[in-house]
Amino acid sequence: MNNDSKILIVDDFATMRKVIRNLLKQIGYENIVEAEDGVMALAELRNQKIEFVISDWNMPNMTGLELLREVRADSNLCKTPFLMITAESLKENVVEAVKAGVDNYIVKPFTAEILNEKIGKIVAKYQ
Amino acid sequence: MDVQFINPFLEGTINVVKTMAFVEPKPGKPFLKNGDYAKGDISGIIGLAGSVRGSFALSFSESCILRLVSNMLGEEIECINADIKDAVGEITNMVSGAARQKLDLVGISLTAALPTVVTGSGHTIVHLLGGPSLVIPFETDYGPFVADVCIGKPQN
Repeated sequence: MNNDSKILIVDDFATMRKVIRNLLKQIGYENIVEAEDGVMALAELRNQKIEFVISDWNMPNMTGLELLREVRADSNLCKTPFLMITAESLKENVVEAVKAGVDNYIVKPFTAEILNEKIGKIVAKYQ
Repeated sequence: MDVQFINPFLEGTINVVKTMAFVEPKPGKPFLKNGDYAKGDISGIIGLAGSVRGSFALSFSESCILRLVSNMLGEEIECINADIKDAVGEITNMVSGAARQKLDLVGISLTAALPTVVTGSGHTIVHLLGGPSLVIPFETDYGPFVADVCIGKPQN
């Protein structure tokens, strides 16, 4: 992945998508697409080449966890790096996400530095 | 209301506002509030359920929330619009998550509903337990806001 790689932000809150977009810009990523929930995200993932997914956990229609399971079950998408963002880090949630194949997670609130560090760790894992 | 419920919300509020909006809120002396009136121009409220239940709200003065969200989004916002309402919901959600994480460490496990946002002068905050609630006032360089907490064991 490089700075031109396409990143998908999935969050039902428009402001949070803007916040994440701004943080990504600060760390050099500008090729960004957005989706409001898991259903829309899955459509974006199947329509274009997306190299990294940053998804909120708690969303209507399809949660981040359900999206992750769909991605990992799809032979065309299963190797897409997936970073989960959550408002809480309850142990059972983390275990569930890890079992479903999440690459890493961030607990809100977070800074550009934390986001950069998590993306870096995931990218290194896939190289 | 047990004070152990309050500190996680106090700390969560400071952490979220500082990290996401780069503003350091200064907490004042908490007080008990009777009645449903809100202490701000726009409020986010979220229901909590689990080993105890209740609700948590954040009420912001207009000047304060305009600065916080402008900082969060990196663009100037001059009036309460859809972005502001959306952000109040998300800030309430984040503080609730941060507080629930701390409460979980002491054996109090809570789940949260989706936040609701209310605006307008004279708007009300109706707590699930009916009240009274404990209000923590905060001052910022851009105006005040409050955290309004009402959590406990429901009385039958």
